[in-house]
Amino acid sequence: MKGALRSAFFIALKDMKAYYFKPPNISWGMLFPLVFILAFYLRSPIAFAHLIPGLLSLSLLFSTTSMEAIVITFERMTGALERLMLYPVSVTTILAGKISGGACFGITVTIVFLLGLIILFPLHLEKPLLFLMSVVISSFTFSALGAFVSVSVKQVFEAQTLANLFRFPMIFLSGVFIPVSSLPSIIKPIAYIMPLTYSIDSIKVSFGYAPQIMHPLLSLIILVVFAFVFLGLSVNILKGRMS
Amino acid sequence: MPGRIKDKVLFLMDAVTVKELRKNYNAFTALDGISFSIRRGEVFGLLGPNGAGKTTTIKILSGISMPASGTVKILGYDIVSNPVMVKQNIGVVPETSNLYPELTCTDNLIFAGRLYGISTEKAKTGAKELLHIFGLEEKRDVLFGRLSSGMKRRLTVAASLIHDPPVLFLDEPTTGLDVMSARALREIIQKLKKRGITILLTTHYIEEADRLCDRIAIIVKGKIVTIDTPDALKKSVSIEKAVDVKISPYSPFIEKEFSKITTAMNYEKREDIFRFFIDDLDAFLSELSAFIKKHNLNIESLNTVSPSLEDAFVEITGLRREIMIQEKGGGK
Repeated sequence: MKGALRSAFFIALKDMKAYYFKPPNISWGMLFPLVFILAFYLRSPIAFAHLIPGLLSLSLLFSTTSMEAIVITFERMTGALERLMLYPVSVTTILAGKISGGACFGITVTIVFLLGLIILFPLHLEKPLLFLMSVVISSFTFSALGAFVSVSVKQVFEAQTLANLFRFPMIFLSGVFIPVSSLPSIIKPIAYIMPLTYSIDSIKVSFGYAPQIMHPLLSLIILVVFAFVFLGLSVNILKGRMS
Repeated sequence: MPGRIKDKVLFLMDAVTVKELRKNYNAFTALDGISFSIRRGEVFGLLGPNGAGKTTTIKILSGISMPASGTVKILGYDIVSNPVMVKQNIGVVPETSNLYPELTCTDNLIFAGRLYGISTEKAKTGAKELLHIFGLEEKRDVLFGRLSSGMKRRLTVAASLIHDPPVLFLDEPTTGLDVMSARALREIIQKLKKRGITILLTTHYIEEADRLCDRIAIIVKGKIVTIDTPDALKKSVSIEKAVDVKISPYSPFIEKEFSKITTAMNYEKREDIFRFFIDDLDAFLSELSAFIKKHNLNIESLNTVSPSLEDAFVEITGLRREIMIQEKGGGK
C-alpha cells in the first residue's frame, strides 16, 4: 500500500512537471474560467455574486476534465502510458497517480481564481475548510471522470467530444444557473446522477447559502463514491484493452 | 527449502520459460502455441519478419498484454499471477523509445528508478552512472524530446537498467537507427551480456541476430519454426560446399578448360570470380593447383563459401530474403 501510494505520488509529480504546470497549460487552465466568469459578469454584474460558487465548480469541471483527457489520450497515443505499465505498479496505481496530477491542477486553478474574485468582489467565504474540502474532492472526482472518458477513446478530439456529452447537460441541470429544487420533477433525477450537482451544492454552502439537496458532508461522500466509480470503470477498461 | 539450496536451484533454473503461449486479436492468431526457454546469462534472439509475433511475445512477457492461454515464468514468477514481481526483475526496451519528451534525460531516469521502488538518492546516483556508461553525460539536462533517435534509444535502454535487472527484453533495439548508432547499441548489448544479464532480443535483422545471440528462435506467423545456435542453424543448411576463385590472366579458353577439373561438380562465373561447387575441398585444391601450374596462371583470391544465417533462414522458413528487409509500415 505504501509503495503504491509512493508510485502514485511520483506519477502525479511527473505529470505536473511534464504537462500541467507548463506555462501554456496554466494559461489555458486560467483562460477558460476567466472567459466564463467575465461573460456572466458582463451580462449581469449585480446578480453575479450568486453565480460565483456554481461558476467556480463549473470551471473546475471543465479545466480538470479537459486537461486530464488530453494528458491520458496523448500518453496513450505516444506509448507513454504503456511504458508506465512496464513498471511494477498496478493499473489502479497508475490511474490514481494520473487522476491526482489532474486534481492538483484543478485545485491550483480554482484557488488562484477564488483569491482573484475575493479581491475584486465583496465575497464572503463563510466556511473555508468546507470550501477546500469541496474543491479537493470535486477535483479528484472530475479528474477521474476525465480519466474514464480518455481511456474509453483513442484520439484527443474523441475524448473532448465524449467529455462534452457528460459536461454540457451538467451546465444546465446541476444548479449553476437554475437551482435543482426549481427543476421540473421529471428532470430532477437526472440532476441527482450528475457529480457537478453535489459539488455546486457543497461549495454554495461554504459561501453561506443553505443546502439545496442534502447536508454538504453527504454531498462530499457522494462525490467520493463517484470518484471511485470512475476510477474503477477506467481501470476495467484499461485492463480490458490489455487482454 | 534451506536458503543456500534454494539459491542453487534458482541459479540452475532457466531465467525465462514459455510454454504453449497463445494470443489472438479477434480472428487473427498472433501467437500459436509457442514454447521456449532462456538460460541464465544467455542472449536469446527471436528472429522473424514483421508481423511474426515478436512484439506480441515481448508484450506478454513484460506483463502489458494478457495471453489467451499458456504459461510464462520469469525467474520462477508467473506473469499472470505475479506480474509485479516479474516486472521488478525485468528491464524492457519497447519497440519505440517512449520516455517522456518533456522531461530531461536525468529526470526520465530518476522517474524510472522511483517507480521501480528505488530511493530518490539511489536513483540519482544510478542515473549519473548510466548517463556515463551510455555516453550521454553532456545531455543530462537536455529534454528527451530534443535528442537524436540514436540517443533516445540509448536513454531508453539506460532507463530499463536503472534497477539493475537480471533479465532484459529488447524489442527491435536497432530498428530505425543510423549505422553508427546501431553499432554503438550492439556494443552496449555485448557489454550487458558480459555483465551476466539474460537478454531476450527480437529483431528482423539476420546479421544482428547472428552477431549478438547465443541461440535463436525463428518465428513465422506466430509459430516457432526452430531454435538453435547460429552455427548449428548454418550447419543445418543443405547448400553445397563452394569455393570462389579469381585467376589471372583470364581468357575464354581457360573458362572452357575449367570443365576438365573433375573434383568440381559444377562451376559458374560471377563477374570476375569463378564459383566451383565441390564435394571434397582437399582434392579440389590439389587439382586446382595442378591446373594453375599447367596453364601458367596466378590465383588472385581464393575463398571457401560457407552458408550464412540468411541462407539458413530462407531454407528453414521458405520465405524470400527480401521479406526480412521490410520495415514496419511497408517501407524499406
